[in-house]
Amino acid sequence: MSAGTTKLDVVVSDVVPVNDLVTRFHFRRRDGELLPTFSGGAHVVVEMRDGERTRLNPYSLMGSPLDTREYTISVRRDDVGRGGSLFMHRSVKPGLEMVISYPVNLFSLDLRAKKHLMLAGGIGITPFMAQTAQLAGEGGNFELHYTCRTASLGTYADVLRERYGRRVRLYHDDREERIELDRMLSSQPLGTHLYVCGPAGMINWVRDRAAALGWPPETVHYEHFAAPQPGLPFDVTLAVSGKTIRVGEQQSLLEAIEAAGVDPPYLCRGGVCGQCETNVISCDGKFIHNDHWLSEEDHRSGRKIMPCVSRFEGRSLVLER
Amino acid sequence: MGITFRKETFRDDFTFRNSPEHIRRFPFPFHEDSYMYAVNIEPHVVGPKGSVLENLIDVDEHYVAEMQDRALVLAEDPLRCQSLPHMTLAGWDLLELLMEQQALGYPEHFTLTRDGDRWRWINRPLGIDDTFTFGDTSTLPYGPMEYITRQSQGDFCILDQRDGNLWMDAGMVTTQADWSLDFDIGMNFFEWHAPVPLAHEKGIFVRALKFLTNIQQGKPARRLNWTMTINPRLDTSPENYHKWGPDRTTVTPENVGDKVHLRVELQSFWRLPRSNGIVFPIRCYLIKMDELVTQPKWARRLHRVIRDLPEELANYKGLTRYRSTLVEWLSKLDDGSPTSPGFGPD
Repeated sequence: MSAGTTKLDVVVSDVVPVNDLVTRFHFRRRDGELLPTFSGGAHVVVEMRDGERTRLNPYSLMGSPLDTREYTISVRRDDVGRGGSLFMHRSVKPGLEMVISYPVNLFSLDLRAKKHLMLAGGIGITPFMAQTAQLAGEGGNFELHYTCRTASLGTYADVLRERYGRRVRLYHDDREERIELDRMLSSQPLGTHLYVCGPAGMINWVRDRAAALGWPPETVHYEHFAAPQPGLPFDVTLAVSGKTIRVGEQQSLLEAIEAAGVDPPYLCRGGVCGQCETNVISCDGKFIHNDHWLSEEDHRSGRKIMPCVSRFEGRSLVLER
Repeated sequence: MGITFRKETFRDDFTFRNSPEHIRRFPFPFHEDSYMYAVNIEPHVVGPKGSVLENLIDVDEHYVAEMQDRALVLAEDPLRCQSLPHMTLAGWDLLELLMEQQALGYPEHFTLTRDGDRWRWINRPLGIDDTFTFGDTSTLPYGPMEYITRQSQGDFCILDQRDGNLWMDAGMVTTQADWSLDFDIGMNFFEWHAPVPLAHEKGIFVRALKFLTNIQQGKPARRLNWTMTINPRLDTSPENYHKWGPDRTTVTPENVGDKVHLRVELQSFWRLPRSNGIVFPIRCYLIKMDELVTQPKWARRLHRVIRDLPEELANYKGLTRYRSTLVEWLSKLDDGSPTSPGFGPD
């Protein structure tokens, strides 16, 4: 049984430029009904019909979970990515009808926490927008530390300071302001849970320091959606469906499989949920694993691949699909 | 036209019965003439009219009597309903789900009116008409989970999802097949399934957990489970074993048809939207042998299933003491002719 999600037919109700890099998109249901309730940290997968191509990208919901009249996402423009964010910035206008998935939460709050300590880097702020709104509504105890390159690129920093005052602390790279991580992690009350969302380097740094300072792994939560990276084209044989396909430079392996009419299950499309895990039947070449799901041992074995984010370079690849 | 609710008991004089229409809609759990564990999970979608799947949350003729029996259990033992402090939000999720589903399926009996967070809930069979503020526990006579599960058939376990596992952190459990919420509260999926024989070796729980942690909002799933109970007793809990355990020694060839009941659980699994937890309703259906064998296909098939059941399973399900008496009684109704595929009666 496929683990895919139910789809929602929506219309773009507003497009708001936030700063030089980030634009916010608002969606409402086409039938005028309320959208499904969601929990802070949830994402939706947005289907982008770009001519012949369909891209499916995950974005965190950043509105308040208490208001389901509309969903909002914020998209950072990536000029060297595969084009999904550029499509959103250039082609998505108010009134456009789109399809998005039901919300899925792979970065959920641990509601046992006595305190929620949140660390955001750059566009990694978006899931915390919803989580802080949820916690504030319930009188939850949280503290948010947010690093951004410059004040003008501090997406929603002003909104967050306005809403939560001293519970939000900002750090600007251009002013050489840095999180004093060790001191912060060493001085938290018992029962604190740590959440981090941002660039890979930041996530790894925070996880490493937390582990070194004795934080139990189950109190450290992180969300790291790897965007699929472009790469050299390669050919793949799908043994179960009897098809041979070419994965284009700007296409993910999962997208190429879907374009051939084969529908593997998926949820996150970012290498974390494990749904699209695929067995390798044979290969001659090397894998470029970009996921956070498979173990290092799986990566070395050459017998599994996460087609949403990982690629292949070589002469032949046969998958059990 | 609404449901005619029966006046009946699940204890003492045991006046519980199924009407002829309810016999035909009984969720008979065997699709073939033998039984072994499987990960028999399927999407929980609406099924045929006149079946227990006509609505995703089923209300039937036993509703009022079951709710009265639940109130009696809770009065004697309040620990049948527990919710750890972090599960209140999930309780509100469950309240919303059950009110919406019951009002949708049975508008003549239940009405939900929402005006922002100001909600009005009318439950006509139980004579309830309450207005409250969604999210504000002080506006209800009980916590949200207890409030709504005192008005909903079946047991409910609310599972918190964290660390790649599910945790039994809240529940209302008064109609259980010999397990205890008070014992299992706070345990994870592997801990509370530890006593089940054979299934661990088959790797069933590892696969089942992987499936359950990926249940998505708007896409509930379900499975059937079964056991047998002597007398139509809903509360077969370990806490009350001294009341029902000895019943198993009272089965004789003369009283099999009246005393022995097939007990089927319709278990469903739903992602809760605000808390990201999972709710696991376990809805219990009972049918006595005399009622079940009015469907000749079911009589033949049940005979073959019970006769051929592996010893470990028969022990785990507590059938050992009366199994041979039951098989002997059923054998007289099995002429050896083939049974048609599928669950339903012919």
